[in-house]
Parts: sequence; C-alpha cells; structure tokens
Amino acid sequence: MLSVQNLSFSYQSNKSFNFPDLHATINEPTLILGNSGKGKTTLLHLLGLLLKPESGSVVINDTELTGLSVKETTQFRAENIGIIFQQPHFISSLNVLDNLLVANYLGDKKLQKDKAKSLATELGFEELLNKRINRLSGGEQQRVGIARALMNNPKVVLADEPTSNLDDDNCERVINLLTKQAEAIGSALIIVTHDGRLKERFAKQVALG
Amino acid sequence: MLIKIAWKNLIDKKLNSFLCILLMALGIGLISLLVILSKQFEEKFTKNISGIDMVVGAKGSPLQLILSSVYQVDNPTGNIPLNQVNALKRNPLVEEVIPMSMGDNYKGYRIVGTNEKYLEHFKTEFAEGQLFAKDLEVILGAVAAENLEIKIGDNFHSAHGLDSEGETHDHEHFEVVGILAFNNSVVDNLILTSLNSVWAVHGHSSSVDSSSTTNDPTSDKQITSALVKFRSPMGMMTIPRNINENSVMQAALPSIEVNRLFELLGVGVSTLRALALAIMLISGISVFVSLYNSLKERRYEMALMLSMGASRVQLFGMLLLEGLFLGVVGYVIGLLISRLGIWLVSKQVAESYHFDISQVSFQPEEGWLFLAAIGIGLLAAAIPSLGVYRLNISETLADD
Repeated sequence: MLSVQNLSFSYQSNKSFNFPDLHATINEPTLILGNSGKGKTTLLHLLGLLLKPESGSVVINDTELTGLSVKETTQFRAENIGIIFQQPHFISSLNVLDNLLVANYLGDKKLQKDKAKSLATELGFEELLNKRINRLSGGEQQRVGIARALMNNPKVVLADEPTSNLDDDNCERVINLLTKQAEAIGSALIIVTHDGRLKERFAKQVALG
Repeated sequence: MLIKIAWKNLIDKKLNSFLCILLMALGIGLISLLVILSKQFEEKFTKNISGIDMVVGAKGSPLQLILSSVYQVDNPTGNIPLNQVNALKRNPLVEEVIPMSMGDNYKGYRIVGTNEKYLEHFKTEFAEGQLFAKDLEVILGAVAAENLEIKIGDNFHSAHGLDSEGETHDHEHFEVVGILAFNNSVVDNLILTSLNSVWAVHGHSSSVDSSSTTNDPTSDKQITSALVKFRSPMGMMTIPRNINENSVMQAALPSIEVNRLFELLGVGVSTLRALALAIMLISGISVFVSLYNSLKERRYEMALMLSMGASRVQLFGMLLLEGLFLGVVGYVIGLLISRLGIWLVSKQVAESYHFDISQVSFQPEEGWLFLAAIGIGLLAAAIPSLGVYRLNISETLADD
C-alpha cells in the first residue's frame, strides 16, 4: 500500500532528518511515535506530499511519488491521501456539511452528500451538519476533520496527533472511529503521535529519534 | 463551490463588506448623480434657447435677462418701451421679434403676456381649447394646468409680482380658454395671455398714460423683454452692439450667457467629481485592507484547500471574486443612490423652479463607472491575493 525507503529531509536551518523505512498495509494501522522535535509532522508532510524529500522514495499503490510534478502531486494527494491535521483547520465561513463537500469539490469528484451524511452518522455529528464550523467544540471538530479526510475514499489516511487535545473518553472514541472507518473504506492508516495512551492499542509501531 | 465560499466569506465579514460597499456605492452614486444632473440641466437649458439668437430687455445683468426671459427663473431686469422693440422689427437682418411682458403670477405660476409667435416658436399644440383672442383670456401650459387643477372656463385673479405672496389684482379676472399639450419646455409651467391683457391689468395704476405727449398709441406702452431671431449670422455681429451702445435697452446672447452659467456651475461639479473619485479610491483601499487582514487570518484555510487539491490559480480567482462581488454590489447600490438623489432633487426643483428632470435613463458614463467599480474591486483584491502564490502549505499547516 505505502512504503518508504531511505527518506531524508533537511530544513534550511540545517536541521536534518533521516527517517526509518516503513511499510503500511490495509487493516494494520501504523503508529509512528516520537517526542517533540523528532520530525513527526515533517514525516507526515513528506508522506502527504506536502513536502518534497531530499532523497529516498515514497511509493503508494505502485506509484513513485517523489518523481511527480507539482500538478500531478496535487491531484494524486487529492485522490489518494486523506490528512487529519493536528489542529483541525476548516473553512470558517462554511457550515459543517459544506466543509465535508469541499473535499469532493477540490478533489474534482462529484459532491457526495449521502456519503457526508453517513460519515456524520457514523461519527456521531449528524445533527451538527448545518451548524457553522466554529460553533463546534474541539472534540466535535476533530471528528468532522476525520470525516473530511475520508470523503474521497483515500488509499492512505494520515493522522497528525489526532488525540492530543482530547480527554480519555474522547480519545478512545476517536481512535475507535478512525480505525473502524479506515478499515471500512479500505485504506492504510498511519497515525503520528506522542500520545502514550495509543501505544497499547496498536501492534505496529515505529519510533523516531 | 468557490463562488459560494467567496460569497459566504463576504457575509461572514459583514462589517468589513458593508464598509467597502458603502464607500464604493457613495462614490459611484455621487458621480452618477453629477453626470445625470449636469446632463439634464444642459439639455433643458439648450433646448429652451434653441432658435433664440438674442434677447433684448432693460439694462442690467445679461445673465439675469436670459434667466428671466428664456427660462422664467429670475426676476426681470425692468421694462423697455414697445416702440423701440418695434423699430428693431423693421431691421432687415431681424427675422422675428417675440415680445414678452411679465410681472404677475397665479399661485406661483408666471403669467406671461406675448403673442402667438411665442407658441409657434416652441411648437406647442393645444390639448384643448384655443388661443386667447380677447383681453383677459389666458391659456395654460400642461404642468401649470395640472398642478393648479384648472380647466377651461375657470376664472382667477392674478397676483402682483412673481411669487405667490404678491398683492392680488382684485378688479380684473382672467378666463381660461385653452390648455396646451405637454411640450417638455419652459412653456409647460407658464400661463400665457396677450400683451393687452397685461396692460389692462396694470393700466389703471400706470402713470405713463397721463404723462404721454405723443400721438403714437404704442409709444408709451412698455414690455419686459423680447426674444429675437436673426435672418443671418450678420445680425449677431452688429445688432447686439448697436443696441447696447445706442439705446436704453440691452441685448444679451443666450448661447454666451448659458455657457458662462455652465462654466460657473462647472467649478462646483468638478470639485464634487474629484471628491467622489477620492471616495471611490478610499473604497478601493478599504477593500484592500479588509482582504489583506482577512487573508492573514485565512492563511490556514488557504493552505488547507491547497492540501486538498485546490490549485493556486483557483484560490487566487476565488479571492478576486470577492473583490468583484464588492465592486458589483457597490455599483448597483450606487446607482440606486443616484436615482434616489435624482428623485429628491427633481421633487425640490419641481417645486421651486417648475423644472422636471425626473426622466432618467441609463447613461453611457455609467457603463464606464461599472468598469471602474469592477476594476477597483479586482485590483484591490489582486494585490493581497498574490500572497496565495507565496504560501508554503507545509509550514502554514504545521504552524500552530
């Protein structure tokens, strides 16, 4: 599904990272652990094609991504990768439903209202669909963020600290939903976190540092 | 979808959008109002002088003479002897002389003594009735008849002076014998009668009669002014100067006086126009500032949309669209403001000057204003929106 080899990246401030090789498949979520400053978000952005690696390769579904042009990268990302950001960013002037549909629109897909509604029901926020996005609590926003990442049935779901702002109950709930949904649409789930609570949940772990 | 986002963003920032639109609308409205008003006045003024080459009247301000005799808005300069006017008629260079005698009104509408040539000059037609034949018979212009609610056969007393508060002439009363069709000229607001009627009303109080010593029956008669048409441009060269230097009358050329009037008005108009342009410029700046600020807040949003597959061109277009919306809405409201302004001005002008300027169509200048409004909106949006091309997706999204 997704495999990474010899990946390295360096910022202009001479901070450079060499990342361990990893291989992620469907039905086996991968947990990437590491403390702050170990390059967790950098790795996630490399996998999500938001950054271009210095060397090494990222392959998703037999496509070598490091060789794609900017336009191809954007299109590939929109079609195959769903990203759940640490701070759930939204388009603040739109309501919850439109924020989900925007993923379809920008990914050049048909707007799937039914899909948005069923995801909302699965994730328990169907009564919030017509609310303004910034009226929602942090936990609610996190769930909307998950639904948005799944709107285009991506091959890979990347989650950046999805539980860092949540209490134990919500953490449990969000992680359950995330794994269940990723499984349901058949995508490889990669979670980047320093949250110790998740260590027991996932067998496959990669440590940075 | 992008259109929706652009629109929702404007609604989301109600106060900012309101300020931008308000400024834009004020600028547009003011300019369009000025364009229409100056056009309408020019049209009215030129229409009424067409065919009149010269006006003769008592000495005084030439502009006042033109305003009082042609447009019926100012007081007359005084009286002139009828025999001098008749002498002018015999000059071979003169085609026509239309005598006019003013000084009375009925409820603010001027009673003008003249002859049928005045009606021919303005190409009037009768809606009903016929021309005055006997003394004290009058005909009414269309607007005057409508506003005074007078019909054929009605009688009224005139009042001395040109505003409705004058002392009334109780002895003589006028009888309405005709009403004119709407002519879109100064005639619409006048009450017309024969010269004799005016003399008859004032005759009993005139001291000129008794002191008269000549045998010519017209020698002591006086009129207010006369409209003169020349047979050839040669008349224009010699006659006015001759009159001004060698008679008790003065000659004024409407075309020159009206140009002078427009020049005087022009200073005010161009000052206001500069003010309106400044307002539009400020509205452009306010579009710029408000988009610039909101873009700083919306950095994440833009990065997010880029990460979800939007192209930078798309986002740039979306931001331009916001400027475009502001421009278009401002333009539409601006036009509404200008039409409302026209309506108010015309109501006021109609009351005091009996001028109707309410017929307003779309002006070609307003097409240019539309382009200007859109241009300002787009330009003011484009400058801050270029930031979309410099946005670093990864850095912005990782930055908490």
